[in-house]
Amino acid sequence: MDIIHVKNLSKVYNGKVKAVDKISFNVKEGEIFGFLGPNGAGKTTTIKMLTTLISPTAGDAKVFGYSITREANKVRASVGVVPQQFTADEDLTGFDNMLLMADLYGISRKISKQRIIELMRLVDLESAVKRKVGTYSGGMRRRLELAIGLVNHPRVLFLDEPTLGLDVQTRTAVWDYIRKMKKDYNMTLFMTTHYLEEADSLCDRVAIIDHGRIIKIDSPDRLKASIGGDIIQLTISNEKADLKGVLKRVVGVKEVKRSGREYRLKVKSAETVAPKLMVLISSKGYKVTKLSMTKPTLDEVYLDYTGRSLREEETSSGDSMLQRRTMRLSRS
Amino acid sequence: MRNREVYRTTGKISLPHFFRSLWSLTNRDLKKWYLAPAILILSLIQPVVWLGLFGKAFNFGSIFTSSSFNIPGLSIPKSVLDSLGNTLLTQTFGTTSYFSFLAVGMLAFIVLFTSMFSGMSVVWDRRFGFLDKLLTTPVPRGSIVLSKILNSVIRALIQAAVVLVIAVLLGMSLSHISVVGVLITFGALFLLAFGMSSLFVLLALHSKDWQSVTAIANLLNLPLLFTSNAFFPVSAMPSWLRVIANVNPVSFAIDIGRNALIGIPSTMPIAYEFLYLGVFAVALGVISIILSWRLLKG
Repeated sequence: MDIIHVKNLSKVYNGKVKAVDKISFNVKEGEIFGFLGPNGAGKTTTIKMLTTLISPTAGDAKVFGYSITREANKVRASVGVVPQQFTADEDLTGFDNMLLMADLYGISRKISKQRIIELMRLVDLESAVKRKVGTYSGGMRRRLELAIGLVNHPRVLFLDEPTLGLDVQTRTAVWDYIRKMKKDYNMTLFMTTHYLEEADSLCDRVAIIDHGRIIKIDSPDRLKASIGGDIIQLTISNEKADLKGVLKRVVGVKEVKRSGREYRLKVKSAETVAPKLMVLISSKGYKVTKLSMTKPTLDEVYLDYTGRSLREEETSSGDSMLQRRTMRLSRS
Repeated sequence: MRNREVYRTTGKISLPHFFRSLWSLTNRDLKKWYLAPAILILSLIQPVVWLGLFGKAFNFGSIFTSSSFNIPGLSIPKSVLDSLGNTLLTQTFGTTSYFSFLAVGMLAFIVLFTSMFSGMSVVWDRRFGFLDKLLTTPVPRGSIVLSKILNSVIRALIQAAVVLVIAVLLGMSLSHISVVGVLITFGALFLLAFGMSSLFVLLALHSKDWQSVTAIANLLNLPLLFTSNAFFPVSAMPSWLRVIANVNPVSFAIDIGRNALIGIPSTMPIAYEFLYLGVFAVALGVISIILSWRLLKG
């Protein structure tokens, strides 16, 4: 079942800048759907439209069948949002921040007090509940934002760059929290990211977005498979022997290149082909001295589809100010 | 899956939801004030300093009634001079105690200054993305703006109360003071604070940076104060200034306060003055809430 249904959604700023250009896609219930693209590609604009922060210039989208333009308040009540910035009030405690948000959703105090503790436990912030948010570390603040996003027990959670600026270790931890949240609350997740590993590790399906347009939507594995296959590099003991023809005949090998003792093979699946190659080479009386396998990354996929690597693009000064602030706070 | 049916947010705006959101948002801003003792004390010291230094330095009474005052060659008895001075003071200010006259002006002054910076937190909320986060919740939009107004109204009135207490301690005339008088005065101050806060919240919603908000506030605060009757009675002003002073809402609040607290006859019937302030407050409040719908949308 499609829980988000987007049709020809466009946003034009100041009558000329096409931030989002007629995008259409569906998000299935229960999946993690990722928007992958560089800064300025239109990811945040899309998420802002879907969460009713800004209205589209043209087109519409439905979340649980509610139109984001005509039934904005119903959409708001049923989704959760984790914005890119740290929005929690630094002068208040984590608990007070959560309570404020719960009040704004109209959740009764009896329910919200118990729910806040439960959510803070989920993100391991139980011990910091009564501390001012200003004293939290970057990772803690990100976790608090996640918990705040869940305060209305949404069925769809929107995450905008959920690990922006976090170090690798904290990032992996945040991914685990996101997976746990999704499982515990049986949610559908829509997220944006410009980190390839993040899209690869978390998302069931990824939409590659560039210049406001969706270029390709598929699962990370299929996207990677679509650009040709894995790479095996091996070195054998004998410099004179030419094994090119022999190796090419192995099932699953698509392409072989040789330079001296080194061979570079493009294969369908490195894990299954590599043992066969080893057996074949030793049966010919040679020894493999070195072997490496490379899986194609989403970076290569991105390169393949857009013609360039993921790069930083200029954003408006206000946005980049906020982004820098988030990144600075993330590292604290 | 946890039980999601315990509550059901329908997306409809209900009155209880509106008031609870309003109070939660107002309380969030107030907490920054009352949970930070340094800020609280500083914001209370400011009016005290103004009243103490300004109020005591500008002591017109001592000029006219001091014993050294005399005309050379004539030996006019001191009692005649004193009564002459007192008549002069009463005719100009409506009371012999200029300090009392000024103290009521100070109540309006502190209300005006506090209201003017009501817009600052709107700017910060926008800058840090808090406003955007609010807008993704089903909170009634009107309550966001109203909470900012209410926050500054509450602060302004509390500061005004402190000023009143200090004024009494420093020797403000108590001959006319009454509970009703105090209530009437604070009613007028409430309307003044509400209107001024609405105006500045509206201005802040228009701008993204705090510099322009402070610039506008600084541009307006002293002119608004000096074109009011805070320091001088309107009757002693030149006619062109009198025109401005007579439409300045600050003058109306002070006029009501002077009548209610120290018994100076008001220039117009109090009911009329209340009506003026009420229209001022309601009009600006309604405008800022209506416009906020449009301005809050990106």
